Amino acid sequence: MSEQEIKNLEAIFDLRIANDEKIEPKDWMPEKYRQTHIRQISQHAHSEIVGMLPEGNWITRAPSLRRKVALLAKVQDEAGHGLYLYSACETLGVSREDLYEQLHSGAAKYSSIFNYPTITWADMGAIGWLVDGAAIINQVPLTATSYGPYARAMVRVCKEESFHQRQGFEIMMTLANGTPEQKEMAQDALNRWWWPSLMMLGPTDAASVHTEQSMKWKLKRKTNDELRQQFVDQTVPQAELIGLTIPDPNLKWNEETKRYDFGELDWEEFWQVVKGHGPCNKKRISDRVNAWENGKWVRDAAMAYAEKQEAKKLEQAI
Amino acid sequence: MNNNLVQYIYGIADNALILGQRLGELCGHGPSLETDIAMTNMSLDLLGQTRSYYQYAAQLLGENATEDTIAFLRREREYKNVLLVEQPNTDFAYSIARQFLFDIFHLSLLEGLKNSEDETLAAIAEKGIKEVSYHTRFSSDWIRRLGDGTTESHDRIQAAIDDLWVYTDELFHQTDADKVMVTENIGVDTTKLKEAYYKKVSAVLEESTLNTPVMEYFQKGGKQGIHSEHMGYLLADMQYMQRAYPNMNW
Amino acid sequence: MKNWPLWEVFIRSKNGLEHRHCGSLHASDATMALENARDVYTRRNEGVSIWVVPSAQITASDPDDSSELFEPAKDKAYRHPTFYELPEELKHM
Repeated sequence: MSEQEIKNLEAIFDLRIANDEKIEPKDWMPEKYRQTHIRQISQHAHSEIVGMLPEGNWITRAPSLRRKVALLAKVQDEAGHGLYLYSACETLGVSREDLYEQLHSGAAKYSSIFNYPTITWADMGAIGWLVDGAAIINQVPLTATSYGPYARAMVRVCKEESFHQRQGFEIMMTLANGTPEQKEMAQDALNRWWWPSLMMLGPTDAASVHTEQSMKWKLKRKTNDELRQQFVDQTVPQAELIGLTIPDPNLKWNEETKRYDFGELDWEEFWQVVKGHGPCNKKRISDRVNAWENGKWVRDAAMAYAEKQEAKKLEQAI
Repeated sequence: MNNNLVQYIYGIADNALILGQRLGELCGHGPSLETDIAMTNMSLDLLGQTRSYYQYAAQLLGENATEDTIAFLRREREYKNVLLVEQPNTDFAYSIARQFLFDIFHLSLLEGLKNSEDETLAAIAEKGIKEVSYHTRFSSDWIRRLGDGTTESHDRIQAAIDDLWVYTDELFHQTDADKVMVTENIGVDTTKLKEAYYKKVSAVLEESTLNTPVMEYFQKGGKQGIHSEHMGYLLADMQYMQRAYPNMNW
Repeated sequence: MKNWPLWEVFIRSKNGLEHRHCGSLHASDATMALENARDVYTRRNEGVSIWVVPSAQITASDPDDSSELFEPAKDKAYRHPTFYELPEELKHM
């Protein structure tokens, strides 16, 4: 294909997206579109399955049977979401195994928030409330993104995710209304998860490299800073409702903008964790690698069995 | 209060709790995402059954008993689960072998319990049968895959079956409470399930090119609350919150 | 050893409705694909029947052929009831 031909195709492609048409797997697409989508969808999938680990850490210790089943169901949902997203990614011509390899080698990124440790039960509340809250803000617009399989996966994810944030908030609320020790546990969790949750919405617009292109392809509808503001505005009243304090001395209502002003984020910490130096980066990856490597003989066995059965069937047919 | 009935319920429900807890440990660490999700479904089924049994037991106990005081506040000696279900997730073969050896028993137990003269137990069993039928199918299918898969998987699942076999006989033991419940047509006479159990298990093992172990001596004790050394750690984990922060709502 | 192949999953949400494509998954054989589909895609009571098909077995039309495959149907207005002009007094037709 000549350069001019590609340019023409790209122009038609851009027009289709501008007209809100969906792109489907076998459609022609610019190589950059494919690569960007593989990167974003797989990052998203990795975040789901790495995200299982910090919460999985509390399944065996959940304080009541009701909490235990709810937490299990939630962590299981995350496996499901990872699965839907890997499947969407596979329509772009890359296998789940390749994507795992990228995760395991450190080549692929996932949401940095999961590199923080879950050290008390209240962290289950804080993650559901804040981390899932921030995730939903990110995810809802993606149900209308341009790539069909991704948009469909996100519809399913968002539908299932609606209980996650409510579960988290309920845990926090119960603690906040509980004994002084419980309330302290809740406040401590909020203190630790607040800033990482804000960081979860991505670097500042000034430092964000992908925004413009992503907007065009509807991978993004709002900038990171806009999303962050939305998150702060919706979360502060929720904290007040249950009597917890947002750990930001600079947080205050701005009568003029009708929004909350808030303090500067510690971006040095953000980049440190992104680059692999968070408290749990190594542990998270080694857990994933172990699960995959220890499972190899199991997957091989199933494949060998399937092939033997297939051969038997053929033999009987002859 | 009918203490025999409460003890009888523990004997059934504790199995579901402890096995559910063991399966819960695997969440996030399965050999494939699909398998991970499937194992968690079984854990959720078992914990759901546990809650139904304990809610009933709490009602019988009265006072301030709840499903959670029963699940989290007993001492090790008061848990009446069989030794089989508390065995650790040594590898996927052990988890599947444990599941399979329990599922076949569990299904036949519930099929008996469905006819209990105790309506609550009969109803819990009726619902449980649907879930456990699927567990049985799932674990049997995996026994076949591992048994007739690769040499490595064959050896691993055979080793797991051989190791766990020693805990199968206890499934059919009866405590004094069990015996009373059988005479009152509330409980299931597990001694009558034994022959069919070993037949079914052997049939699947044979299909899977696995040997049925031959054993003279078996382990027992769980039903009397005398557990393996694994149990204390399992409970330490499970009861951690309740012990560290007593008398709170979560 | 090969990786588990990809399967497409179709679910009938209730009797009377058609099976609809709902996603895909990996499984070593058809039995496992069905079990996995049950565990992954019907956790919230979404189905009463499942079909699984190896993704590799699906033959798909080529988007490049779209114009010759689908455009010709666009101007056949006479296939649709609204094409025909009938008196307004006429009921139930």
